[in-house]
Amino acid sequence: MSILGNRVLRREDPKFLTVGGTYVADLDLPGSVHLTFVRSSMAHATIVSVDTSQAAAMPGVIGVYTNDDLGMANFPTIMGMTNAAMTAPMLASGTVRFVGEPIVAIVAATRESAADAAEWVVVEYEPLTVVIDPVEARKDNDLLFPDAGTNTSFTLDFGGDESLFDDCEVVIELTLANQRVAPCPLEVRSAAGHMTADGRLEFNSSTQAPHGVRDALATFLNLEPGKVHIVTPDVGGGFGAKASVYQEDIVVGWCAQQLGRPVRWTETRSESMLGLGHGRAQVQHVRIGGTREGIVQAYRIEVLQDSGAYPNFGTVLPFMTRVMTSGPYKIPKAECASVSVVTNSTPTVAYRGAGRPEATAAIERIMDLFAREIGMDPAEVRRRNLIGKDDFPYTTPVETVYDVGDYHQALDLALEMAGYEELRAEQARRRAAGDVRQLGIGLSCYVEITNGLPDGEFGAVEVRADGKVIVRTGTSPHGQGHVTAWSMLVAEQLGVPMEDIEVIHGDTDIVPRGAGTMGSRSLQIGGAAVNQAAVDVVEKAKDLAADLFEADRGDVVLDKASGSFHVVGSPAVSHSWADLARAAVAKDGNPLFAEVDLASPGPTFPFGTHVSVVEVDTETGKVTLLRHIAVDDAGRIINPLLAEGQVHGGIAQGVAQALLEEVVYDLDGNPLTSTFADYSFISAAELPSYETRFTETPTPVNALGAKGIGESGTIGSTPAVHNAVCDAVAHLGVRHVDMPTTPIRVWNAINEAASGNQNGKERR
Amino acid sequence: MQIDMTVNGTAESHDVEARTLLVHYLRDSVGLTGTNVGCDTTSCGACTVLLNGQSVKSCTVLAAQAAGDEITTIEGLASDDGRMHPVQQAFQECHGLQCGFCTPGMVMAITSLLAENPEPTEADVRIGLEGNLCRCTGYHNIVASALAASRVPEMQK
Repeated sequence: MSILGNRVLRREDPKFLTVGGTYVADLDLPGSVHLTFVRSSMAHATIVSVDTSQAAAMPGVIGVYTNDDLGMANFPTIMGMTNAAMTAPMLASGTVRFVGEPIVAIVAATRESAADAAEWVVVEYEPLTVVIDPVEARKDNDLLFPDAGTNTSFTLDFGGDESLFDDCEVVIELTLANQRVAPCPLEVRSAAGHMTADGRLEFNSSTQAPHGVRDALATFLNLEPGKVHIVTPDVGGGFGAKASVYQEDIVVGWCAQQLGRPVRWTETRSESMLGLGHGRAQVQHVRIGGTREGIVQAYRIEVLQDSGAYPNFGTVLPFMTRVMTSGPYKIPKAECASVSVVTNSTPTVAYRGAGRPEATAAIERIMDLFAREIGMDPAEVRRRNLIGKDDFPYTTPVETVYDVGDYHQALDLALEMAGYEELRAEQARRRAAGDVRQLGIGLSCYVEITNGLPDGEFGAVEVRADGKVIVRTGTSPHGQGHVTAWSMLVAEQLGVPMEDIEVIHGDTDIVPRGAGTMGSRSLQIGGAAVNQAAVDVVEKAKDLAADLFEADRGDVVLDKASGSFHVVGSPAVSHSWADLARAAVAKDGNPLFAEVDLASPGPTFPFGTHVSVVEVDTETGKVTLLRHIAVDDAGRIINPLLAEGQVHGGIAQGVAQALLEEVVYDLDGNPLTSTFADYSFISAAELPSYETRFTETPTPVNALGAKGIGESGTIGSTPAVHNAVCDAVAHLGVRHVDMPTTPIRVWNAINEAASGNQNGKERR
Repeated sequence: MQIDMTVNGTAESHDVEARTLLVHYLRDSVGLTGTNVGCDTTSCGACTVLLNGQSVKSCTVLAAQAAGDEITTIEGLASDDGRMHPVQQAFQECHGLQCGFCTPGMVMAITSLLAENPEPTEADVRIGLEGNLCRCTGYHNIVASALAASRVPEMQK
């Protein structure tokens, strides 16, 4: 019986539960010294002077460095696509452009002495005009990079078909914010490095992409990539924000190179809230048109993306928004255009979903308004427009090719699980009674893209003479459970017990290549590579077994129940994996192993429907999430326990964006949410248990039939919750409430509607 | 200053600065790194340990305040023969952890919560864990772990 598809408990857990993980800050590095950064307290200013003399004289201080000391080039543009005059220095040079930008690096004997010394650095600033609103930034009245001549960092302009909506009976528009949020992995950024006697940089990093860190360090420190060795210990979450390499990582490496002793850095949470990239941060203008029978004929989205102070991955995420423009719907005409601008705020990066939640939020919100305009149930409007299961592969108006799906099945199942008709009846009852607590029901049908980047992945399987199996993978898990899942895949192919399989990741000496873990890519490309390597090892073993048996190769069979090979019809005489591993070495000195560099077969498109049920207290504006129903289809599920875990976590982050979380700056660019005391990180008390189911529509794109599941929860949940809140107060005349739907916003919306103001009107 | 306390049943005595927080005493002086630091505002609960059997956030207790007291960390929860505590066991069986960073604090907080309230409702657990943040699990399986642990006979004594 196959192990695949079973709820196999995680092999990773006992260590975490009994002694805790080993994160970078936990590493015992004898003789190590501590690095800390002096960060800008101004959002936009000219640096007049930096006086480090007093800091340098403080007890325990070993080195104090500015950008001039480093002598390194700026970070490159993102994928060569962003404005070349807008690159980031390692440490601020001449100008600071956001609060939290590192200016000075201090190395001292202890964490405390470094922090004490940082207080004595005197930076004199000459304030510049702060640009914090992306709408203002786009006007180019005040520039962050005068040499660029613009605040625009990246644009996507396709179409612009003036006749797009000409045939539509009904056309609706909405401007909505997809607010800036903070990824908040529980472990902040942390790194440590030291030079070995033979001139190699040994480096530990809390990262999602060890090989990316290796290559960046090698480039900036002028080392051969082989002279940089990354060891990624346990990583306490990343959510996309740790897929980027940061200036601080490079400075840690540089200091280690200069000082010849171990240098370590762990930021504080308050630093992390400013220095770790933020997510989302789009202003969207959407327009939808269709018939009164509920058929959508045209859709257009214009995205204004806030890049933050220096273009990072956030700048180019509208590309991913564009790819998913028309969502799961069969819309004949659809367009997306975008402009990304720099503002005096923390740079934006990939955050769980990275461009796709934004696309889904936009179309799902306006689908509800369209339904309302024509007086049709929002579930029915969606049903009438979903792409049919016989339409795949389906090419959208923006030329994205969806692989496979059954979107109607997901919708129907979610509605059934929710008890949709009963919920609507209860809502009607409360509305008729004028209850203080009104019920809101929100839907979100989504489709998203996973493994959307072109990278392939490395996987290797080796059988040792003692019968143990060593698996090496280029993915870099940080909570996803790859050790368990990859063990399952190899156990399935080889017929060996999972406990005999060791999975190695994150060490760039042992794993030569890897793109890492992000974009929900790991199983479908990294797992598939490991799976292929396992298949290849079985084939090699059959060759060896044929020699040992002196039999025809085609007659050799692997009995997966016992993990041994025999000749067909003669099971009494068999060879174990250990026998064959020894035979391999005896034959030519090489171990029994296979390595695979699996080229990406292209993206897959997970989909589903979420239904959310909220209660809104109309006297206080407080929203309570009562239920959240999620039907997700990620193709074939290898381990439902792990897949559900991914969905759960994604839902919570998505709910958090809809209800609570927002990074806020004042007009001077001062961050108002720079600690966990200020930022509304969602807790268990604000969430219910979730009702989740999977449908399984295997993708033809990879051998496993698997799609990504890491981000679906976030993508599907936010619009469902947002729509539910708006739905709860729609009958009071509220058209739209921007996220996060905090009590004050909901309360204001109710009161404005009561006084005749229309919310959600055009404001641009 | 010299600070003595009992950590996981072992007598500890270390010379530390007066400003040393309990969490840094445990991590840096005692060398037990299972207890994590997740924030600097007493918000996340990653550093939760038991002080004389009750959960505290060890980033908000000076080591000096715990002088003479008994501390239990994640490393001291399993029995001497290595058998996991019912809360630890429940976390494994319910997939109550992903990246593991909040886990020691969560496990200690739940251990304390169940000692106070052996038969909690789901709402009791959720409110009880309001001060312990997790970014990976959406809390669903952490709450399930707490409820599962509460049903273990050993916990109902």
